[in-house]
Amino acid sequence: MRAEARVVAEADGRGGTRLSTVYGEPPLLPRRTGHRHAGHAEVHLVGGAAGPLGGDELRIHVEVGPDAHLVVRTVAASLAQPSHPPRHSTLTITATVHGTLAWLPEPTVAVTGCDHTTRSIVDLCDGAELLWREELIAGRHDEPSGDLRAATTVRCGGRTILRHDLAIGPSADAGPATVGGARAVGTLLVVGPHAPTRPTATSTGATMPLANAPAALISATASDAAGLRRALDGDTVNTWAADPSAKPGNCRKN
Amino acid sequence: MRPEHPARAVRIGIGGPVGSGKTALVAALCRALAGELRVAVVTNDIYTTEDADFLRRAGVLPDDRIRAVETGCCPHTAIRDDISANLDAVEELEEDLGELDLILVESGGDNLTATFSKGLVDHQIFVVDVAGGDKVPRKGGPGVTTADLLVVNKTDLAPLVGADLGVMARDAAARRGNLPTVFLTLVGDPGAEPVTAWVRDRVAHGVDPAAADHAESAPPHTHSANAEPHGAGAG
Amino acid sequence: MSLSTLLVLADGRLPAGAHAHSGGVEAAVAAGRVHDLATLRSFLVGRTATAGEVAAAFAAATCRALTGPQLQDALGGSPDRRGDEPGGPRAFAGVDSDRVRELDDGIDARTASPALRAASRAQGRALLRAAARIWPTTPSTTAGKQPHHPVAVGIAAAAAGLRPREAALVAVYGGITGSASAAVRLLGLDPYAVHALVAELAPECDRLAARAADRADLPVDDLPAGSAILLDIGAEQHATWEVRLFAS
Repeated sequence: MRAEARVVAEADGRGGTRLSTVYGEPPLLPRRTGHRHAGHAEVHLVGGAAGPLGGDELRIHVEVGPDAHLVVRTVAASLAQPSHPPRHSTLTITATVHGTLAWLPEPTVAVTGCDHTTRSIVDLCDGAELLWREELIAGRHDEPSGDLRAATTVRCGGRTILRHDLAIGPSADAGPATVGGARAVGTLLVVGPHAPTRPTATSTGATMPLANAPAALISATASDAAGLRRALDGDTVNTWAADPSAKPGNCRKN
Repeated sequence: MRPEHPARAVRIGIGGPVGSGKTALVAALCRALAGELRVAVVTNDIYTTEDADFLRRAGVLPDDRIRAVETGCCPHTAIRDDISANLDAVEELEEDLGELDLILVESGGDNLTATFSKGLVDHQIFVVDVAGGDKVPRKGGPGVTTADLLVVNKTDLAPLVGADLGVMARDAAARRGNLPTVFLTLVGDPGAEPVTAWVRDRVAHGVDPAAADHAESAPPHTHSANAEPHGAGAG
Repeated sequence: MSLSTLLVLADGRLPAGAHAHSGGVEAAVAAGRVHDLATLRSFLVGRTATAGEVAAAFAAATCRALTGPQLQDALGGSPDRRGDEPGGPRAFAGVDSDRVRELDDGIDARTASPALRAASRAQGRALLRAAARIWPTTPSTTAGKQPHHPVAVGIAAAAAGLRPREAALVAVYGGITGSASAAVRLLGLDPYAVHALVAELAPECDRLAARAADRADLPVDDLPAGSAILLDIGAEQHATWEVRLFAS
């Protein structure tokens, strides 16, 4: 199945954000949620409980204009499912951000036999702000993991500031150098003035300021999805949630 | 990597077995010389804030004049075979602190075979102590036989451990030819006077211009083959 | 290409600071993740598949950027050599080394851990210093004096007259031997058994090096980017220890 979704958020000129495009094809169905009067706009992807499926080619494109503030969530975890015969599935997410984007989906679960890649390419203009969360779960409860990859490229002002590939499943390494057998692995990228500036680490997680931007990557491994979420979100996402009017980006269209 | 200039700091290595008193000697030298010379220290020892506190309490050097180098469990490698990390530390001190007169490089405690590369230091001091037994100078080894200065430390303990200083002096002379040996007790001589005098003299003579080139880290150009730095005990 | 020159650059005794880095093994040992031969083997396999592949790719790409198009290699000639001896220093006429800075940036983007970035640049600086003394035509590049280690490997390899595949080999093999020898020192493992592991991984080194050379011209964003979360976490923890035996 091929499907595409588009969400375009723009400043409404009164300190809020309006959605000029909310378009989707099953199983990618974006819906506006949250309070109309909040300073930010919120979209949930509500579609397709069972997906992506082997053979799917899904695309999501998000644009956030200057001074606009968009939060994107999903209503439930995505289950990456195998097909018969086995085929590769892809989800390609592209985002162009002038203002502020919080991309906070539920995790992707690698169902036994799946072969899925999520490829994300985020272009931030200088001064744009970003929260970008990726969570990979190795199978449903007590199930061997399928192959799941997340390939992420984040650019800031045209310069790539983060490029990483995470992978779980039978084709990926799960040893003591990579994930140490953890069933849940993930990262949260924070770009902007909220980004932590000091590195910290626990035995299963670290907050790491990046080299070439006001940004930090929080990485963690955990035994389950809930533990991973706690490790990644910590105070960072709460800070954002409590302050939805957090200063949006102020760069101009380029 | 600095531009070449012959006026770089004189680098003196201080080596010797574990517990022979290297750190105490470094502290004594800093205390005695810090008033007259711009001094910094690179330590290769397993370095803790305790060590830093020791030097700080001794009132000798502020923290920013001390750099610690990790040696990957191989202290002799870091001062002799692969001096990269120590050169980095020396360069960083010079970059951060500006012009210096003297950089002391203290090795991690090692055995009698450890020596400094000539690519790292201009001169080296080897420290042994009487408690290690009065046979140490006779045993020799590259540290004892080739160091520019041999320090026999803790002479105040000699009566307690039955060490014969006369034997040590005679053996050292036999092993070392014209190279000097001094006997030291920091209990009776907290300023380490004979060692301080020797170091002061080395700094006064400055860096041999040829050595300044080869102990310099940078430029990828001409240097004569015989200027290649290889410590006597390499291998 | 001179095989002997390859050995010179790949030799663990090359004075380029490698002995003081454990490639993450010291942290993994302290965390209990590596404690015997079997866990060391898993560590080496995982590290090679992630950080090792990235290092191979960037060493090859840097070497390619400095030595020109693959065509010259394919012709089997000795392009633009100064000096008569095989494996002698190479001249670097008209090479666009802005690509080298982009590659260095690309490693920044692939190295979230500040501690790992610092360790990589420290090793890059040490290797460049060694290369400049050993191969006097070692070029200065837009990556500056403290490039990331894989970039420095590519620069040194180019200066030594090696090709991208050999540069990649040096990078990936050096990562394995560095970690392996640190494990021998930290855990007192049987050195023969550990070297048997290194030998077992040799074909994987060859495969990754060949692949890295094939892809040496790709845009930087398209080069490998396999991340090892526990290497990052371990490096950040390691950096906070008061006493450590290895620099990383």
